[in-house]
Amino acid sequence: MSSMATVAPRGKETRPRNGLLDPKQWITSAPAAFRKLDPRVMWRNPVMFIVEIGAVFTTVLAALEPSPFAWTITVWLWLTVLFANAAEAIAEGRGKAQADSLRKAKTDTVARKLAKQDPAIASPKVETVEIPAPELVRGDLVLVEAGQTIPGDGDVVTGIASVDESAITGESAPVIRESGGDRSAVMGGTRVLSDWIVVRITAEPGKSFLDRMIALVEGSERRKTPNEIALNILLAAMTIIFILAVVTMQPVAIFSKDYMAAAPDTAVLDGNGVTGIVMVSLLVCLIPTTIGALLSAIGIAGMDRLVQRNVLAMSGRAVEAAGDVDTLLLDKTGTITYGNRRASSFLAVPGVAAAHLANAAQLSSLADETPEGRSIVVYAKEAYGLRERDTGELTGAEWIEFTAQTRMSGVDTTEHGSVHRIRKGAAVQVIEWVKTAGGEPDQRVHDLVDQVSREGGTPLVVAEHQDGETARVLGVIYLKDVVKEGMAERFSRLRAMGIRTVMVTGDNPRTAKAIAAEAGVDDFLAEAKPEDKMALIKREQDAGRMVAMTGDGTNDAPALAAADVGVAMNTGTSAAKEAGNMVDLDSDPTKLIEIVAIGKQLLMTRGALTTFSIANDIAKYFAIIPAIFAVIYPGLDALNVMRLASPESAIISAVVFNALVIIALVPLALRGVAYKPGPASALLRRNLLLYGVGGIITPFIGIKLIDLVVALIPGIA
Amino acid sequence: MSSTTAGVLFIAAMLVALAATYKPLGDYLYRVVTRERHYKVERGIYRVIGARPDTEQNWAGYARSVLAFSAVSIVLLFLFQRAQGALPLDNGFAGVDPYVSWNTAVSFVTNTNWQAYSGESTMGILVQAAGLAVQNFVSAAVGIAVAVVLVRGFARRATDKLGNFWVDLTRITLWVLLPLSFVAAIVLVAGGAVQNLTDFTSAITTGGDTQTVTGGLVATQEAIKNLGTNGGGYYNANAAHPFENPTAWTNFVIIYLLLVIPFCMPRTFGRLVGQNRQGYAIAAVMGVIALVSTTLVVGFESMANGTVPQAVTAALEGKEVRFGVADSGLFAAATTLTSTGSVNSFHDSFTSFGGGVLILNMMLGEVAPGGVGAGLYGMLVLAVITVFIAGLMVGRTPEYLGKRIGAREIKLASMYFLVTPALLLIGVATSFAFPVNLDSMQDSGPHGLSELLYAFASASNNNGSAFGGFGANTPWFNTALGLCMLFGRFIPIILVLALAGSLAKQRPVPATAGTFPTHQPLFVGMVVGVTVILVALTFLPVLALGPLADGLQ
Repeated sequence: MSSMATVAPRGKETRPRNGLLDPKQWITSAPAAFRKLDPRVMWRNPVMFIVEIGAVFTTVLAALEPSPFAWTITVWLWLTVLFANAAEAIAEGRGKAQADSLRKAKTDTVARKLAKQDPAIASPKVETVEIPAPELVRGDLVLVEAGQTIPGDGDVVTGIASVDESAITGESAPVIRESGGDRSAVMGGTRVLSDWIVVRITAEPGKSFLDRMIALVEGSERRKTPNEIALNILLAAMTIIFILAVVTMQPVAIFSKDYMAAAPDTAVLDGNGVTGIVMVSLLVCLIPTTIGALLSAIGIAGMDRLVQRNVLAMSGRAVEAAGDVDTLLLDKTGTITYGNRRASSFLAVPGVAAAHLANAAQLSSLADETPEGRSIVVYAKEAYGLRERDTGELTGAEWIEFTAQTRMSGVDTTEHGSVHRIRKGAAVQVIEWVKTAGGEPDQRVHDLVDQVSREGGTPLVVAEHQDGETARVLGVIYLKDVVKEGMAERFSRLRAMGIRTVMVTGDNPRTAKAIAAEAGVDDFLAEAKPEDKMALIKREQDAGRMVAMTGDGTNDAPALAAADVGVAMNTGTSAAKEAGNMVDLDSDPTKLIEIVAIGKQLLMTRGALTTFSIANDIAKYFAIIPAIFAVIYPGLDALNVMRLASPESAIISAVVFNALVIIALVPLALRGVAYKPGPASALLRRNLLLYGVGGIITPFIGIKLIDLVVALIPGIA
Repeated sequence: MSSTTAGVLFIAAMLVALAATYKPLGDYLYRVVTRERHYKVERGIYRVIGARPDTEQNWAGYARSVLAFSAVSIVLLFLFQRAQGALPLDNGFAGVDPYVSWNTAVSFVTNTNWQAYSGESTMGILVQAAGLAVQNFVSAAVGIAVAVVLVRGFARRATDKLGNFWVDLTRITLWVLLPLSFVAAIVLVAGGAVQNLTDFTSAITTGGDTQTVTGGLVATQEAIKNLGTNGGGYYNANAAHPFENPTAWTNFVIIYLLLVIPFCMPRTFGRLVGQNRQGYAIAAVMGVIALVSTTLVVGFESMANGTVPQAVTAALEGKEVRFGVADSGLFAAATTLTSTGSVNSFHDSFTSFGGGVLILNMMLGEVAPGGVGAGLYGMLVLAVITVFIAGLMVGRTPEYLGKRIGAREIKLASMYFLVTPALLLIGVATSFAFPVNLDSMQDSGPHGLSELLYAFASASNNNGSAFGGFGANTPWFNTALGLCMLFGRFIPIILVLALAGSLAKQRPVPATAGTFPTHQPLFVGMVVGVTVILVALTFLPVLALGPLADGLQ
């Protein structure tokens, strides 16, 4: 498996391959940054569009009346716009590389459409028509043989094949895809390794998984999310306020200058009021350029972080919704516990020797090929030193295999014409079997069974029946669900974030309760049928909560569609994948927890940078207002707390700081602010201190430092 | 007792008095607006005005009623003043000049009470009591009603029904404003405020001159003027006039009256949303801003720059010696922090910084505690903006009291926030377009600019007080300020009602550990911060050239 290793790096801690201090990224994004200066592109970002208009305006002014001051400001205003564009381009660039390698899988695929559109074929030796993959439409039947690439998303309708899905999932082990059942979905761009299948195309041309993935990583289909729209409105309102503040300042400035007519004209203020260049500088410094410049990069980077964790979100809206999730529905099996239950002890009925029970348990499980059956044999060996025997070892033995109908397995051995029967299986069935054979299991048996159930285990009863004797129960095998390590801690972290976890299981309520307690989930839904899941989601949503769940089967589809965040497993059916709004390529149900964190991080980053952006304005005022007006009212120099060298250097320093802070914050925008699960009040206090108070202090220091340098430029200080 | 100690005691006593009223008055207002049953007298009123009290309105319907009621009020009040000469109890005055009539009608209906006239020489007893005072009641009731509707928006779930304007208006007037001002009027009369039907009395002063003294129904009007945060004085001297505000203790009562309803409304808010602590948080935001502002004003006035003020240890120019610096400072802060606009001293004569704080108080949008109703809804809009920024920082779609703050909510809140600064700044800036306007400024330079700023801050925020010394009675200022009053009142009201509508439609989101708590000191601090910073950022350039330049010399 090849290119995809770089395409979809694994592991939680994968940081963007940045080296943001690596100037290469800035250089490679430079052409895109210039292309984005096109007003037709810029106007989508109103804040930066204003900066661009301002830059054009100062360019004209600087050309008419050139001065080092005018040109310095003009250059830095253009740089401000370019830095913003470059930030976006860098974010997009990361996706570009991924998209290119994905596209390779897509091009040049030729589809072999069945000439007779009838899925009922017995062998691949049928007539096919070769057409380019992009021309396939929904419903087409295509034949794919070993070595060929599947031309589009669809369901297997005939045949079985092993498929290499590494191009999409990054997972090199092949998977089996067959018609019917929950493993029928195939994706375009993946390759059949053996055998052949007939696929019914389910995706419209250009809307396949691969297409969506390409669009996603490129950010080309990026639509603004609800919170982003709301934030944009707030930023626009602030921009309007500041435009008003700056524009209306002019007549007041003229009035004041007129009043103090003796004050000399300067490059900053003359009889016509504040000069155009300074007006634009003040406006650009005040409007929320920091967040305006980084807003779309934050969004693209958020999606990128998801893709890096091998999750495909169908929309940014879904990612954002993940941050809002209140209730998490988690399937017990595979998510909270390991897929299979394991034998953890043998409980003998009083009067039965432990070794006898162990021997019977082992014998009766030899013909049970289910994981539970195997675990009994393993446990008998580990705990009782019973050598694993082969079914062929016992002569005259008749093996009774486990079936879902009988729910029992066992063995009948014949010695001297007398048949000795051993059975092991579900409590109800085995007890029934004992009764049929004349036995009467007493209360002690029921107590054992109840005890195991109560503790969250699954009781399997072992019984024997010797010809001529009454059948009797020997004891109970304690099958235990093994809760994955670290789950309790994870759930308590979720609880701290305000997220309630609900375990969904087919187990009976007692078992479910015990596992729920061990795993530390907040609630459980026992004996759950798909309808129950659906009802639970509805109930939660009616109470105003946002629900997230994972699912893979077709019967999960309605619930996945109803949930606010529905993560379909990649191993699941097309129906499930269509219904959810995210697909986890690793098919890891615990991924949901990471998705929630990414969603929260996305919002937090926007909020933090908005706060930072607004807080910055205070220092900029302290730089610019005295710079403009101290010449007419010397008392206002008291506001020049940074003791900046000259009016010109003060204004330049503020503009330069405003531009440089964009570059400085690009890594944060791409990485997202650090997120430590915890209660909202703690998060808020931390972020407020860091980005609010920090946002007030930083520019005072930054502007002062820049001023120390700027003051050295001849003609400025 | 030093004047500092006196000032501190005065402020402390005010805090105690307000704290003691917080619960009972807030709870009482809650019961008035939530009562199921209609009283007989109410039903009678509904029959007369043709209202259907059991039909609740959606936000648009409510807004239409508010606007219709206000429009009719303006027209009637205008005609009433014009017809004064033909009516009894006119003190011998003719119909009021059409221009002043219009300005006054708008001013009183918008709860601004900017006075382009002088009470004792323009308005007779009848117009004052049956025209202006009536608007003092109902314009205040409209403000409270709109605030209640916004709170209903938070409290209700999945509905478009927000109450019935006519019911709210009737109940608030009948059972809150009338009884309270009745009591207040008696207290004021006891303190020496006049209450009679005499037009003029001639008196010989100790110096032997003849002085004409105007009587009238002063105490009753003084009561509602402050209780309803209106501020339109019976006399031109407003609460500096001994017939309105005779003694130091009536001064205390008057300040208390103008603060009491706005400060108790957070309690009503807390009750309506079912979480009293949310009310305390909002009251705390108001309290912090008010306390800081008052301290600054009184401090600046006491420190007093300049030779003469230093000699008498305080800036006493323009202040009544009956009240002194601290009481005048507190009054000035209170009247600008609320949308009252009554004055007991002349703000033009305050120190540059002291006057600057008064301007800033109004620029804050008058939210601490603000006008009756208007203060609460203004503060809640600021809380919504704060919640939005803060909410993002905790990684969730922001929500306030279980209601999500999405695009529509933030759009309405931002527009609300834009209105008054836009009116103020555009008004000031365009005033410079006509050189003749500069003649209205008594002073030139920074202090003149402060006067102009004050006028537009006052009109746009429906305060109504004047800086004094500013000649606002010109065609330009009458028009511009009139428009500011009108837009500054009704555009925000429409936006607030629309916000209520969009909030009420939502189903509330239950609070979890991930929800950012809006009742803790951290939130209180944030709202204070957002309020002050956003306003400071908007107005710093003009403030720098006005009061700051004036004071930093």
